[in-house]
Amino acid sequence: MLAASRAGRASLWIALALLAGLPLVVPDYPLYLASLTLIYALAALGLNLTLGYAGQVSLAQGAFMGIGAYGLALFTAQGVPFLLALAGGAALAFACGLLLGYPALKVKHHSLAMVTMGFNIIAFLLMRNEEWLTGGSYGLSGIPRPRLGPVSFADDRAYYLLVLAVTASVAALAARMIHSPWGRGLRAIRENEVRAEVVGVNLRNYKLAAFAVGALLGGIAGGLFAPLLRYIDPHAFSLERSIQLLLMVVVGGLGRFSGPLIGAVVVTILPEILRMTQGLYLILFSGLIMLLVLFRPQGLIALGDLFRPASAEGRR
Amino acid sequence: MFLQDFLQLTIAGLAAGAIYALAAIGFVLLWQTSATINFAQGEFVTLPAFAVVFFSAVLGLPFPLAVLAALVVSAGLLGLAVKRLLIDRLLDRGVLAIVIATLALGLFIRYSLQQLWTPLALPFPDLFSRAPVRILGVAISTEDLGNLGAATLAILGLHLFLRRTRTGAAMQAVAQNRTLAATLGIDVSRMIAATFVLNAVLTGIAAVLIAPVYLVKYDIGIGLGIKAFYAAIIGGFNRTFGALAGGLVVGLAESYAGAYVSTQYRDAFSLGLLIAVLLWKPEGLLGLREDG
Amino acid sequence: MTGSPMALLEITRLTKHFYRATALLDVSFSVRQGEILGLIGPNGSGKTTAFNCVSGLLTPDGGSIRFRGEQIAGLRPDAIFRRGMGRTFQLLQVFPGMTALENMLVAAQERAGGTLTRILQRDPAAMRRRAEELLRFLGIEAQAGQPAGNLSYGQQKLLDFGMALMGEPSLVLLDEPMAAINPVMIETLADRIRQLNGAGVSFAIIEHNVGVVLDFCHRVVVLDHGEVIAEGQPSAIREDPQVIAAYFGG
Repeated sequence: MLAASRAGRASLWIALALLAGLPLVVPDYPLYLASLTLIYALAALGLNLTLGYAGQVSLAQGAFMGIGAYGLALFTAQGVPFLLALAGGAALAFACGLLLGYPALKVKHHSLAMVTMGFNIIAFLLMRNEEWLTGGSYGLSGIPRPRLGPVSFADDRAYYLLVLAVTASVAALAARMIHSPWGRGLRAIRENEVRAEVVGVNLRNYKLAAFAVGALLGGIAGGLFAPLLRYIDPHAFSLERSIQLLLMVVVGGLGRFSGPLIGAVVVTILPEILRMTQGLYLILFSGLIMLLVLFRPQGLIALGDLFRPASAEGRR
Repeated sequence: MFLQDFLQLTIAGLAAGAIYALAAIGFVLLWQTSATINFAQGEFVTLPAFAVVFFSAVLGLPFPLAVLAALVVSAGLLGLAVKRLLIDRLLDRGVLAIVIATLALGLFIRYSLQQLWTPLALPFPDLFSRAPVRILGVAISTEDLGNLGAATLAILGLHLFLRRTRTGAAMQAVAQNRTLAATLGIDVSRMIAATFVLNAVLTGIAAVLIAPVYLVKYDIGIGLGIKAFYAAIIGGFNRTFGALAGGLVVGLAESYAGAYVSTQYRDAFSLGLLIAVLLWKPEGLLGLREDG
Repeated sequence: MTGSPMALLEITRLTKHFYRATALLDVSFSVRQGEILGLIGPNGSGKTTAFNCVSGLLTPDGGSIRFRGEQIAGLRPDAIFRRGMGRTFQLLQVFPGMTALENMLVAAQERAGGTLTRILQRDPAAMRRRAEELLRFLGIEAQAGQPAGNLSYGQQKLLDFGMALMGEPSLVLLDEPMAAINPVMIETLADRIRQLNGAGVSFAIIEHNVGVVLDFCHRVVVLDHGEVIAEGQPSAIREDPQVIAAYFGG
């Protein structure tokens, strides 16, 4: 894993610095894409915890983003300061993750995909129909950019830096979690569930925690998403979004820490590059996924493995 | 008045449900024989629908011939080709690999149709007359009766096939216990291929029945696929009879909820049922417990 | 509490069905404190099923399982592990992508504190030391940093054993520990088992290599077709006509 070695850590700081310098060289629209990519990467990171590490197929990440987003928007409208509102929305997502996870994890793999799918659709329906709360199909507009003390993040470049800061901090915390003894228990579950149980790992607690923390990260991502365009509507958090996030995690590399970021970049930027082909990019994209699953199931991150000697630490 | 409406709603619900059941039964068969969760099941209905339009409107074949041709194409592409090119490689890689692959396949079919043919809805000829039939003084849609009848015939045919033919029996054996079936000399790979072909035929029939209502559009698969999943899960993932029951339940729930509950939450009704079943009896209302 | 006062594990009338087949029928035996019990019988006699019931992987259909006086039938495997019972598997069960040391540390999870501590802190040094000690004890300390999947079959078996020991168990269930390893390994393993037994750890061992089992087990229980057909000293079992018939007869 990168951060383990000194060289790895140095390159992380360099990457961070480069990302921070982006607003200086990059015009408006690509900067917006960069912010969006970071937000999706965060949501995908959460899903990677649930799916890549704990092995739970969840199609509800879009809904958790939505809960975080609507939570933030509604709290902000009540005058709650940004950071509190962000935490509030994320906490709501976390709670929903617990509530959904607790019964959902009792069912088998394939059914879990369905249950989470069902949850996403119900959440979408609620967002679309409860106009009094969520503005219905029209969504919520006029979501302000945050103010932290005297500093206003209304400027697009400033907001990008805020998104970067939050995403990087949360990612660092997530990395800490994965390398902790708890994270190791999670990886053990992924490697050999039965054995893990027999050596004392409480499967239920771990899976539930991974599920809920995954939801939490999705909620934070949603809370960052809302002020980006200052507008949200239910369609941003539909089943399509969940599927998109799932594809990001898989394409990037399941259960590998930087997988979600790679996946987010590919899934968000690629369409823009292929913009000239209009809707063709979806055909190409889905074709690419099928090829990937058939020939490179470890995801795009596996291509990097071709250039690096296999580490003794095994998969992280 | 209530009784009349109720009767109409019931027939309509059963008709829709029977069609969902076709897709659900195929879905369940695929799961049982090869642990495939086919997230492209909805598109397996969309494609044959487009194929019928192609053969009849574009190539000018008479309708029944066009339907036959479409079923053959469906069986070949969505049955054999998908099985050989996609599934065979992924059979040993676990549930997730197949989930992703079929998800991608669904997207691929859907957007290929949208981009390479048309994003607009194409008309599909009515199979049955639009004039309602009077039964016991109640006006019942001929279409509903026709669909119900056709779907029932198909399901009966399937039942006979599974029970009375050697291939059917072999398929069931594979579905019950793949390794045991292999030791009994059954060619498991061929049976799985047969199941895929069977599924493609079932979804093809469903396509022909449902296209007059839904029209032929690239995105009809989304809703249909989801309904097939609901039906399979509610009814029972490991029994084909369960999928049938599940389909009917979903059709009826939709029909009643649409009239008696807010239309906005029509889908939510089946969903709530789905979730309730999953949490309370995860193997489905009629399913067998998968335990060790 | 009935039965011998020194019974560590008390199995009474254990019954388990699988659809229409009966794997275990009214099986009763016990493992006494400090003993090495051998569990033998022809293939399919239900030995592994009994272990699976005891270690929590299966829920019995009838009967009771008492460990240190407490009813454990139906408890989840991790709860049973925490109560001081470890087990190994017939088909190897290690975590292939993680190093041998990490494999051991997973088994030590429970000692590291509550969930929050586990998430935010590193491993307590004591835990690491114990894991390394055990690896040394088993002779595989050189493989500590290797992915477990790369270890030889015999080494993986030792690792499997080590993981079961990490929980400081008072009883270890060994499922065919001597199978398919070379005689030197067999001796090493047998020696370690004796050492641990000398230190107070009790064992129940399923083993097909009847000769080996009869050599160092204190007592032997024989299963056939899901029922106990004989129980007693190894020397007596060796001569028991019923046992001989079970193995060579119909």
